[in-house]
Amino acid sequence: MEDLRESIIHIAYIISAALFIIGLKRLSAPASARQGNQLAISAMVIAFLATLIDREIVTYWAIIIGTLIGGGIGLYLARKVQMTAMPQLVALFNGMGGGTAAVIAVGEFLKFARDGEVSAGEGLSVAFGVTVGCIAFTGSLIAGGKLHEILPSGAIRNPLQMPLSILLVLGVAATWIFLLGMGGEETTVWIMFALALVLGVALVIPIGGGDMPVVVSLLNSMTGLAAAAAGFVLDNQILVVAGALVGASGMLLTVLMSRAMNRPLSNVFFGAFGAVSGGAAAEGAEAKPIRETTADDAAVMLGYASNVIIVPGYGLAVAQAQHAIRELADELGKRNVNVRYAIHPVAGRMPGHMNVLLAEANVPYDQLYEMEQINGEFQRTDVVLVVGANDVVNPAARTDTTSPIYGMPILNADAAQSIIVMKRSMKPGFAGIENDLFHLDKTRMLFGDAKNALADVIAAVKVV
Amino acid sequence: MSLEFVLAVYVFLLTVFLGIELINRVPATLHTPLMSATNAIHGIVLIGAMLIAGAADTTLLHILGLVGVILGAGNAVGGFAVTDRMLEMFKKKPVEGQQ
Repeated sequence: MEDLRESIIHIAYIISAALFIIGLKRLSAPASARQGNQLAISAMVIAFLATLIDREIVTYWAIIIGTLIGGGIGLYLARKVQMTAMPQLVALFNGMGGGTAAVIAVGEFLKFARDGEVSAGEGLSVAFGVTVGCIAFTGSLIAGGKLHEILPSGAIRNPLQMPLSILLVLGVAATWIFLLGMGGEETTVWIMFALALVLGVALVIPIGGGDMPVVVSLLNSMTGLAAAAAGFVLDNQILVVAGALVGASGMLLTVLMSRAMNRPLSNVFFGAFGAVSGGAAAEGAEAKPIRETTADDAAVMLGYASNVIIVPGYGLAVAQAQHAIRELADELGKRNVNVRYAIHPVAGRMPGHMNVLLAEANVPYDQLYEMEQINGEFQRTDVVLVVGANDVVNPAARTDTTSPIYGMPILNADAAQSIIVMKRSMKPGFAGIENDLFHLDKTRMLFGDAKNALADVIAAVKVV
Repeated sequence: MSLEFVLAVYVFLLTVFLGIELINRVPATLHTPLMSATNAIHGIVLIGAMLIAGAADTTLLHILGLVGVILGAGNAVGGFAVTDRMLEMFKKKPVEGQQ
């Protein structure tokens, strides 16, 4: 009877593993992505149900209460949170997963230690699960806090950080040696747990907000590895398979993202400790002139242009102006203006984020152009309308070697005949850098909330 | 090292290579949904937390198990729900004015 039960669990786990793999494959193509996600959900449900009949489980109250509370909170947040706040939500969920992996590793270690010998494999898996899980937990919460701007989004730096981080790493290493070399005691694991939690904070705090997407992606991959470690600790194959899948694909995704932003991973992490750069660019900015314009003038420029490129940025999303921008594009389309959208790979807060936001507003997919497709077109463009974007059109990335964003591929908005920049104020962008585009002779600034400003422009376009 | 552990290392190794191959050709548009989906998949830790919570025999293990289940369930349920919400927007829209 018990054997039958175990066989059922194993078969269910095998089916679940296959579904995770097929799901992930489907997720990497636009047409099948949603179905891929649904396959992954069914894989999770199968694994969940199978685990319920595991004979190791003798009490159910914690599982039922915990699943209802955790699932309820997760579902509520997933449904209610604005699409713009999604990156930090992903960071939060990721932190929860990391915390779970750490808690599992500690829990199993307590049992191992009580039952006697801790084997080398078990010790290693526990140490890895606790360390990586804890770093992912606090690291994700800090990253989420920065993205949500509860914490200052810029890089927080002080001279003590480097020595402190090194001390923490050494401390964690010492607990590893203690645990692996001497069998370890409960206290060792708790110290490891505490140090790794602080280390997660120390590693992410000094990294600037502009690099957060890459950081979240890396922490996501780490949580996957921590989940696999938890699988080793528990001798549970489905945890190993799903964790390794996420660890590997997450790592590749991190590399792809950092490549899209042209920020080598080593820069993201160790650049934070290096000399403070970009200070020079911010100085003397006050003195540079800007040219303000009005909604009526902007409407004339747009209405009589033949080629217009819209560069949407995070500011557009914050102002919930996706629908207004589509309305403006429709209005211009009626006047036979050729309107295209230029989507920077990291427009919004993460690669692909802007596509999601514009799709929400029913912007036709064939008007969206990726950076490589459209960058050659700016020279032949009459007007570029930059709405709430900043760093992704900053020419300093091409020219100023001292700028922190130097080398990041940008949209060549400055090559167009004229540029209209819609912006709330002259505040620097998420990366905290001054933007020379705003001071060009051919640039006009239109200040105000993107949604209201666009409404004014739309009204004006209708009558010019 | 036990045979089970060694076999698990092989499974891990092969799955790592598989994971890289699977998403090798993903377009930039799908980076965010894919990150969110893989984020939900590691919610599988929920199952590990269930095994701790269900087999707990001390107060400390009960607490650890409960905390693990809450966090794990949040990760899995929330992660999949938000991914689905994102991907829903990618579906083809009916052509306007055809009602």
